[in-house]
Amino acid sequence: MNNRVVITGLGIWSCLGTNLDEVKNSLYTGKSGIGMDPERKLWGYRSGLTGIVEKPQLKGILDRRARIGLSEEAEYAYMATLEAMKNAKMEIDWVEKNEVGILYGNDSSAKAVSEAIDTIRLKKDTTLLGSGSIFQSMNCTVTMNLSTIFKLKGINFTISAACASGSHALGLGYLMIKWGLQKHIICGGAQEVNPFAFGSFDGLSAFSIREDEPMKASRPFDKNRDGLIPSGGAATLILESYESAMERGAPILAEVIGYGFSSNGEHISNSSVDGQIRSLNMALNDANLKAADVDYINAHATSTPGGDYAEAQAIDAVFGGCKTMVSSTKSMTGHECWMAGASEIVYSTLMMQNNFIAPNINFEEGDDASSKLNIVTKTTEKNIDVFLSNSFGFGGTNSSLIIKKIK
Amino acid sequence: MTHEEIIERINGFLVEEFEVDAEKIVPDANLRETLELDSLDYVDLVVIMESNFGFKVVAEDFINIHTFQDFYDYVNRKVEEKKTAVPES
Repeated sequence: MNNRVVITGLGIWSCLGTNLDEVKNSLYTGKSGIGMDPERKLWGYRSGLTGIVEKPQLKGILDRRARIGLSEEAEYAYMATLEAMKNAKMEIDWVEKNEVGILYGNDSSAKAVSEAIDTIRLKKDTTLLGSGSIFQSMNCTVTMNLSTIFKLKGINFTISAACASGSHALGLGYLMIKWGLQKHIICGGAQEVNPFAFGSFDGLSAFSIREDEPMKASRPFDKNRDGLIPSGGAATLILESYESAMERGAPILAEVIGYGFSSNGEHISNSSVDGQIRSLNMALNDANLKAADVDYINAHATSTPGGDYAEAQAIDAVFGGCKTMVSSTKSMTGHECWMAGASEIVYSTLMMQNNFIAPNINFEEGDDASSKLNIVTKTTEKNIDVFLSNSFGFGGTNSSLIIKKIK
Repeated sequence: MTHEEIIERINGFLVEEFEVDAEKIVPDANLRETLELDSLDYVDLVVIMESNFGFKVVAEDFINIHTFQDFYDYVNRKVEEKKTAVPES
């Protein structure tokens, strides 16, 4: 079976805004969502820079039982999913009567775990953790909570693949629908934003310390980049078979046409040009496209010296002759980690719908690898028929997705 | 803490944390049915009791608590016991 797989709903909760309109405007104007979190300095962080993400107010929207199981990232995922289901015209009554699945990327719930351990140490009594702790603490906090809240009856699990989690969640959802195993899957990625979540990452000196200029700190591909800025939130995409979307009368926003993946089989944290090239080529082969058919690449580029350098080489190796337009929306969002592979499909689909490419802000001068790329530094009006989005994670896990405009 | 203050505090967290309609909280009403308590909710009730009154409720204590009045009396008794307890040397 080879079903066509389409996107019928988008939802977003990020440092660029808490709905699609706000986020589209931030992307268009090249607005940075980065700021300082003074609390992190008190905890001994080398860098206090972070994406500034609003906390949802769920009291009055969800009942107590539903709320207390939600971790921070699951709250974001709930809000993003609510928006995505609404604009996919997917009503809860319909969902209850049909087999709708969920595949979501998430790779930590550090705040919930830390708070639980603090309580155990202080009280020496596990009952005093309360009933919600376990449902907040597990990596599958998003899928276990949302499947309950939205009465989902299809596939239901979490994908943990470091900073490629969200992208692989979409890739697996695409394959399941393509192969006829499911008709409708809620896909996405979520990322907590708190001092507990990023301490070990900060400890690797991976973060930018350009604290005096937060909005200029994330500068993917720029020669003077000095590290990434952690961020988060959640992004949801409703994937469906083309036939079921037509039957439902759902709005068809775009089509997923390619998924490539690979593992570096090398260093645990260093990037591999070879691994990334294999992922890119697999996605192009799956989509049955040539490099020249891709109009825009939303790069993984996080603003780290080594990571961006490797990706620039990989993109140049596969797309170099085509001068494909490239930008990294992480220049505005920071690195949304487990969420990034899903959010960057939302950002790029918004660009596709509105005929522009968001700028790679803060790019002033390339290094010897990135200067070979066609990096978009100003908002550019452009018809996008096909885009590709890269996500790479620790452990050498790579994912590339290709999305096409529905005509 | 007086008996009235205990009742006021209990009713306050039941409305705020357990989202019970205030008008449903009457002394003779059945506690479990009014709060729609399941096994998970009991755990949260233990947590909230500990943070508000400083003692740990054990599951067996709930066997004889049927109404809100039973609950108020139980908490009152435990608070009084705590006041008069002789500290361990």
